[in-house]
Amino acid sequence: MKQIKIDPITRLEGHGKIDIFLNDDGEVANTYFQIPELRGFEQFCVGRPVEEMPRITTRICGVCPEAHHMAAAKACDAVFHVEIPSAAKKLRSLLYNVFFAGDHTTHFYALGGPDFIVGPDAPAAERNILGVVKKVGLEVGGKVIEMRKRTQQVIKTLGGKQTHQITSMPGGVSKGISIEEAKEIEKHCEWFVEFGKFTIQAFNDIVLKNQVYVDLILSDTFSHKTYYMGLVDENNKVNFYDGKVRVVDPDGKEFVKYSPNEYLENVAEHVEPWTYLKFPFLKKVGWKGFVDGKDSGVYRATPLSRLNAADGMPTPLAQAEYEKMYSTLGGKPVHATLATHWARIIELLSGAEMALDLIRDPEITSTHIRNIPTEIPTEGVGIVEAPRGTLTHHYTTDERGILTKVNLIVGTTNNYAPISMSINKAARGLIKKGVEVTEGTLNKIEMAFRAYDPCFGCATHYMPGKMPIELRIYDSSNNLIDLVRRNP
Amino acid sequence: MAKPKLALYWAASCGGCEIAVLDLHEKILDVANAFDIVFWPVALDFKYSDVRAMEDKSIDICLFNGAIRNSENEEMAHLMRDKSKLVVAFGACAHEGGIPGLANLTTKDAILKWVFKDSPSTVSNNGTYPQTHTRMPEGEIEIPEMWETVKALNQVIDVDYYIPGCPPQPDQIWGVIEYILSGQPMPAKGATLGAGDKTCCEECPRERKEKKLKQFFRPYEIISDPNECLLDQGIICLGPVSRSGCGALCPKANIPCRGCYGAPPNCPDQGAKMVSAISSVIDAHEPEEIEKILDQIVDPLGTFYRFSVPQSILRRVEKI
Repeated sequence: MKQIKIDPITRLEGHGKIDIFLNDDGEVANTYFQIPELRGFEQFCVGRPVEEMPRITTRICGVCPEAHHMAAAKACDAVFHVEIPSAAKKLRSLLYNVFFAGDHTTHFYALGGPDFIVGPDAPAAERNILGVVKKVGLEVGGKVIEMRKRTQQVIKTLGGKQTHQITSMPGGVSKGISIEEAKEIEKHCEWFVEFGKFTIQAFNDIVLKNQVYVDLILSDTFSHKTYYMGLVDENNKVNFYDGKVRVVDPDGKEFVKYSPNEYLENVAEHVEPWTYLKFPFLKKVGWKGFVDGKDSGVYRATPLSRLNAADGMPTPLAQAEYEKMYSTLGGKPVHATLATHWARIIELLSGAEMALDLIRDPEITSTHIRNIPTEIPTEGVGIVEAPRGTLTHHYTTDERGILTKVNLIVGTTNNYAPISMSINKAARGLIKKGVEVTEGTLNKIEMAFRAYDPCFGCATHYMPGKMPIELRIYDSSNNLIDLVRRNP
Repeated sequence: MAKPKLALYWAASCGGCEIAVLDLHEKILDVANAFDIVFWPVALDFKYSDVRAMEDKSIDICLFNGAIRNSENEEMAHLMRDKSKLVVAFGACAHEGGIPGLANLTTKDAILKWVFKDSPSTVSNNGTYPQTHTRMPEGEIEIPEMWETVKALNQVIDVDYYIPGCPPQPDQIWGVIEYILSGQPMPAKGATLGAGDKTCCEECPRERKEKKLKQFFRPYEIISDPNECLLDQGIICLGPVSRSGCGALCPKANIPCRGCYGAPPNCPDQGAKMVSAISSVIDAHEPEEIEKILDQIVDPLGTFYRFSVPQSILRRVEKI
């Protein structure tokens, strides 16, 4: 038996490593995707005042603190049984949609995009954001940087800090915006919509017009038939901030639609001894191991999953692209994991359009932005869509609002089993007897999970993360006989 | 002249420090031009083995963020120390333990028991917890060992400088980079960079009168006056015991400071200093009345030491 290690996995937010075992014929026997860390937020938050959660749980993930900030604030509202003012909800939702547009930009251009834009087999030293700028030109690079800068500016205005936001609290938000600030934000949002259109065009030009990439996206090596999860509004359209969780089966039929406080009836988590992360699954279907299909409780919660789980996008430009994606890829649901990149930029555009609608709403500058909670705090669940999957925060407190229990099911964690399966399938498809395992091969295996934009800072709330990769090959007596690693 | 070599590494952290570096925006290109970035797992495809292959002290500066939570974090801290001329503890976690350091108020066993056995969504696998070594049919696989106690970076390796904040503010990071690139002599070892030498209050636009207080409020309980000091209004704010540098971002958004920039100069313990700050503003003399007022301050430990339990005089709570 040979063993190959990819350690740490790179261009991934958080830590992780991959072990690949080869049998004596040089074929893949099994793969293990391990998460090496656990920070223990759920336990060390016990004893803290619940209103501090929106500013403690941001530190689960510095890449998507907005998601934890919002899920925590919504869970706090539920704990205190307080309805927040309509303007507060719009301000939170505005921040959140801008965040989605910015976060998806980072992933598409800096983390996942380099594999397509620079190329999966390009030298490791060029396969990064700097290589992207080199390939597509400084002008485009400048646009990407400007997009991040503008989204971070808006988030700082609305959230108080550009990273680790502070303004959402039980009952609403601590700070509104002035008419001048609203005008400024409106200009940014108009720019975001144009950037969204530009990104869709770039994807069409660079990826869809390259048959090699399209074949790669649609290849069986990168496909799994699973259940799909995503938050939807009352019209079953994708919603990032609020709504019910809808799950469709591998044929695309609605399996369940549940409210946040019903999550424990629908989702459970499986434990394995070889990793610090748990494997969520659909409770009503059951854990059947690392397999796909209708009989396995494995589900995915990604941009593509959200599009699969919904009936459409809430905004017109994104809806048009949504229809184009499904007609190009052969109808709903799409099982091709790499199509997640396409879904992600459709969401980028949708977030930008939603933000523009919200900032043009006259109520957005209202000063009625907080209701002071009056009821005794008890228990509550808050759910939002994090960019990397459905995010659930569940708090229980004593009568003073001091936390007694905290349970979190975090974005990327939802996808732990499917990511493991995608790695396994890609490894089996790419590592064959008599074919040299190159650094490019390893990178294509990494692409299988990079499509999920996995964030193991998040998943390891639990523990923080890192990800490099090296591949160690062991013989059947477990002696190290070869080392494949990335050479710059 | 060869460009100075720069490495960025993350231990037990959230990635917010990496984002703070990306938030240099267009200046990130200047950083990429001025430095040879030899290791940065979040953005570049270099692996651990690439670092191990480097000669000792061949990296000029390593910005190390994150607390030390497990064996891998600690190993990497030693490795980066060996390979780097200067190691900077970057951000609150490396500086003082940060939010992950709150885990020192509980135990490793309690964390594992909740996560892998008791939490309501968990289906226990015959009581299995993660193991450092697991024998699978194909061979043995390993994960790092989680430590009982979370540590700040200088509790495991020698640290040259500190850049505080959760996360460090991008303008402050840029200030430090500009200083390094200017070729001016570096400050004395152990210095705090990218921060002020006063308190957060000095940067806060609110007016503080050091009012005497008979009542404290939790932030959600009142709508605070936007111009008056939050502490004067009875909202616990760590501004008086926190280092300046962020520009008082939280109080400006009507939210009290939680001290992420650490203690100000010449203050050995942020939480102890906060206790004395509170006692000086309480408007009562009878022990019973004092106690009644102090009871309104919930979770003083987790609030006064929000970012600094591992570096504090407490280090950890032994029994819970």
